[in-house]
Amino acid sequence: MDRYEAVIGLEVHVELKTKTKLFCGCSTEFGQAPNTQVCPVCLGLPGSTGVLNKKAVELAARAGLALNCQINTDTWFDRKNYYYPDLPKGFQITQVFQPIAVQGYLDIKAEDRDKRVNINRVHIEEDPGKLVHASGSIMTSRASFVDYNRSGVPLVEIVSEPELRSGAEAKAYLEKLKAILEYTGVSDVKMEEGSLRCDANISVRPSGSAILGAKAEIKNMNSFRAVQRAIEYEVERQIEVLEEGDSVTQETRTWDESQGITMAMRSKEDVDYRCFIEQEIAPVELTADWVENMRATIPELPDARRRRLVDEHGLPDYDAGVITSSLSLAEFFEATLEKYEDAKKISNWIMGELLRLLNARGMELGESKVTPGGLASLLQLIDKGTISNKMGKKVFAVMFQEGREPQQIVKEKGLSQISDVDRLAEIIAEVIGKNPKPVADFQSGKEQAIGFLVGQVMKATKGQANPGAVNSMLRERLAK
Amino acid sequence: MQISGKDVGQLAFLSRLDLTADDLTICTKSLNEILGYLTVLEELDTGAVKPALHVRPIKNVLREDALQPGLEREQVLANGPEVEDGAFVVPRIV
Repeated sequence: MDRYEAVIGLEVHVELKTKTKLFCGCSTEFGQAPNTQVCPVCLGLPGSTGVLNKKAVELAARAGLALNCQINTDTWFDRKNYYYPDLPKGFQITQVFQPIAVQGYLDIKAEDRDKRVNINRVHIEEDPGKLVHASGSIMTSRASFVDYNRSGVPLVEIVSEPELRSGAEAKAYLEKLKAILEYTGVSDVKMEEGSLRCDANISVRPSGSAILGAKAEIKNMNSFRAVQRAIEYEVERQIEVLEEGDSVTQETRTWDESQGITMAMRSKEDVDYRCFIEQEIAPVELTADWVENMRATIPELPDARRRRLVDEHGLPDYDAGVITSSLSLAEFFEATLEKYEDAKKISNWIMGELLRLLNARGMELGESKVTPGGLASLLQLIDKGTISNKMGKKVFAVMFQEGREPQQIVKEKGLSQISDVDRLAEIIAEVIGKNPKPVADFQSGKEQAIGFLVGQVMKATKGQANPGAVNSMLRERLAK
Repeated sequence: MQISGKDVGQLAFLSRLDLTADDLTICTKSLNEILGYLTVLEELDTGAVKPALHVRPIKNVLREDALQPGLEREQVLANGPEVEDGAFVVPRIV
């Protein structure tokens, strides 16, 4: 493996968070019936002319600034000509010659190493329409069904330099990019809704060589995990091809998630796009003041927030990294912290219960009903000993689902711990009476037998006793 | 500047035009005549002229991000030779 080096560049398409399309007032809302958000401009009907969406320019500049780019204050649009049914005009309006932002970078951490990945450019372009295939796959479908709702939706394409060296680095890059775009409000960055899409250009070369090998472009990866797996697979595949004395074919390949392989889609001959300056959209001239105003709208970014959580609240760096990887988690954390002071305990519950439930159900934080105030109250109930930690998890699951106050849930479900010592003593006496053998074992020095007895008491109380209290009461009784 | 029949063949391919050999000859001749007219421009000294980005002297024509009604779906699909389930149907192209 070390005889070869992988050279990976990512092209990430991100939908800008605008209400309307790039050049017309049609809605960008996701998931509507096909061809219901369409007008003459996005259909490319003769005589139609678009007008540029101001918000799209602002968001694209914000993306560029958050990615440490230089903003080109003289910028414009170009036509990229090609025939494909997803483009009704026969060309895509994009930025070829003078993108809005260039020469940025992103800092990542992967495989325990810090790395700065340079960004070549951020340019604005319109999304093409969507081709839907009856069987779910273009390879087996009889025809393509074209939906132009997406045609004209504003995108930025963010192009990294080919400086990534592994699937893990690519995944870390995407996670950081996603967090930054979420923090800055540039995009919803929902991969499952296609508002963030990633293609990977991959080649391998002998270690130490400065010459780039023939590259494959991999498409159709639907999660960050899939990007990592596809890259790992493709790098291995290309190394095998070279080891066998063959050469890698320059081509476009598609990732097959279920088989875990990449497959050749089409050979990539040099396409002649005949790009030229778009004359129907006026050029954009930005002033230095405008750029500075835009820079001032950039909020605290994930890395800065992570450092602050470590410095101000004493969170371990790992915890701070997980929590700041998503804006909504970070805000949830800080809102909880206003009502409950133990930062580490909050982070344990967020990283443990909250993320576990979200991941298990494939949900976003906003879809769960639990609130920061609710979590704070729950932690206070546990601290007071009203409920055990274990009970707390059950209550949390109800809060997650139904969003009620923890006190109310505890009361309704009769979950509060038995703090009545007499009642507990009765149950303990019963358990001791029913289990002579473990009792004898414990009294003859088998320390672990106490665990069984505690378990029996917990069972008899349906988990409502405090295990610590049960343990000490049992020991007291058995010592007599 | 002159363009060859091969250049015109490539342009025809990019434009998805199916030209016969005769068409190609005619087009090559016409295009070269048009390019000939433009050579007049080369006689001008444009050394002191800033390159024009646009034919019209306009910039920053922008609209607010506000919804505008589009077309009814029947109108959208009206020109589609084949339509199914609210979508245009086209041959698949891999």
